[in-house]
Amino acid sequence: MFDLERWQEILETISKNKLRTFLTGLSVASGIFILVILLGFGQGMQNGISSQFQRDASNRISVYSGVTSKGYKGLNPGRIIEMTNEDYKYLIKKYEEDLEFKSSVYRIWSGTLNFGNESGSYRVEGVYPDYQFLENEDMVAGRYINYDDHDKKAKVMVIGNKVKQDLFKNQDPIGQQVQINGVNFKVVGVYSDPGGEREETRAFVPLSTSQRVFGGADKVGNLGFTLKPKETFQKTLEQSVRFSSEIESFLKERHLIAPDDTSAIGINNTLEGTKRFYDLIGMIKTFFWVVGICTIIAGVVGVSNIMLIIVKERTKEIGIRKALGAQPLSIITMILHESIFVTAIAGFTGLILSMALLEVVGPNLDMDFIKNPSVNFNVAITTVFILVLAGALAGFVPAWRAARIKPITALREE
Amino acid sequence: MITIKDLHKSYTMGANSLHVLKGINFSVQEGELVSIMGSSGSGKSTLLNILGMLDEADEGSYTLDGVPIKNLNEKIAAQYRNKFLGFIFQSFNLINYKSALDNVGMPLYYQGMKRKDRTDKAMAYLEKVGLANWAHHMPNELSGGQKQRVAIARALASDPKVLLADEPTGALDTKTSYEVMDLIQGINDEGKTILIVTHEDDIAHMTKRIVNLKDGLIIDDTSVKQVRALSHV
Repeated sequence: MFDLERWQEILETISKNKLRTFLTGLSVASGIFILVILLGFGQGMQNGISSQFQRDASNRISVYSGVTSKGYKGLNPGRIIEMTNEDYKYLIKKYEEDLEFKSSVYRIWSGTLNFGNESGSYRVEGVYPDYQFLENEDMVAGRYINYDDHDKKAKVMVIGNKVKQDLFKNQDPIGQQVQINGVNFKVVGVYSDPGGEREETRAFVPLSTSQRVFGGADKVGNLGFTLKPKETFQKTLEQSVRFSSEIESFLKERHLIAPDDTSAIGINNTLEGTKRFYDLIGMIKTFFWVVGICTIIAGVVGVSNIMLIIVKERTKEIGIRKALGAQPLSIITMILHESIFVTAIAGFTGLILSMALLEVVGPNLDMDFIKNPSVNFNVAITTVFILVLAGALAGFVPAWRAARIKPITALREE
Repeated sequence: MITIKDLHKSYTMGANSLHVLKGINFSVQEGELVSIMGSSGSGKSTLLNILGMLDEADEGSYTLDGVPIKNLNEKIAAQYRNKFLGFIFQSFNLINYKSALDNVGMPLYYQGMKRKDRTDKAMAYLEKVGLANWAHHMPNELSGGQKQRVAIARALASDPKVLLADEPTGALDTKTSYEVMDLIQGINDEGKTILIVTHEDDIAHMTKRIVNLKDGLIIDDTSVKQVRALSHV
């Protein structure tokens, strides 16, 4: 490998046969290039879709109530079901061990927010402190609602980034008084949400305050939970599904709802959606890998073809070299050394070009479902090595055969 | 230098077996300049290929400089070719992407000589054939006669025991042929053993001994008075 004489010989051969070298290199470089770009965009799609799913905690279970569609135990259909603080308290006590975050929500209908001359209609909800994590919100300024606010039924509120921009423009909202339907609340925090603007046009107040001030009594609109994750995703999913069906039957029993009534209690288990999402991501990734591997195979076939042609083209030269005293091994190593050198250089060129493209284009790409395409460097390096190895293997057979040709046969080739 | 006893060679072509050499007995002393003649199909090229270890005989013995040449594997054959033999071909067989100098240096490369020594030695041989000024030209920039002279320099480069020339003037016009023959005669004068396969009478008469082959047998083997090529140029 470090035989200087052989390197000189090979570099000379390469420099005197530019077209041949270029063609071999091109098929390798383009194979790697396409593969890296494909894998990069596969990753980009995964990132993009993931961020769409990050609006809420990925394992959130939401419970909401509706209207009965079936009569049960003498009660007529069409009854409006409303969950209460009691339901919530019973559930969080019963599942205390399993729950990670929990909150009930009281929604204030037609919430109009007023600050100075600015006003707007936003979705305003009374929640517990854990709700921040159920909604996957990050604080930009100030703090979220805490249990102290809740106990004191304090008139404080947390607003989304968009609400802040609408009402306050460039002013600092913290400590300002905003009216919700005419009642003064003090802003204590501003949050952002990966789900974007739609999720940031909301405001939150303590649940207790909302129920008292806006006449909710002990009614709650919906419940949100997350469970502590288990060791495996499968176990977490199983527990989550079991938990969903247990609360469903508990609530149906308590509110006298027919067990087969599907409209009175609704449960939305994000984790099941998450599973579908991961399946989708898995499929996308598999697809890109399959396409990528096919590309590599095409590259390998291309390299093999070119190697065959090269050996064919050099048959006479090989005959001459053998007549001058070249040993079979030196012929094989000459061809392999050259092919490995060329494919390696070309492979890394393709790798560097494609990664540079991803680096440049990636962050500037602003599409909903493609975000920050990138590729695992180790994967890319491995594919380069696979291609180089495949090129060497592909070159070995014709090289070996060429080395075995009788020099007299090779010399007769015209 | 070369001793051949009862050499047989057949080729199988499909179902037929073609008996090309039917028992050749023949020896060459050091410093001889021998031409092997015969019509096409007489087996002269086959004989030369066997002498050149490019092909193997079916039967018979072949001794080169006291070394029995038999049961060669590819590796040893390559070593022997490099050490004992220099080839000159009708179609020159230069490597077309290498300069004249690098072509002459090839056998030395396979001897494991360092690049600088190789270049010096190759240059010396190019000078000998009168092409020092053409050292860095590619084969396609050279005339036929020049190419053959590069090939002769290459054949000499490894300082072989025997030069084997297969129709060395076959692709050249008469004048150039005589120039090449003059060079070959000069090399022979210095003591190198040379075998030439040819079907041209005038070329054959420029050697010192003519061996005539017909249908795989030597029918005639006579020493002749050498005609100096220079007298024709």
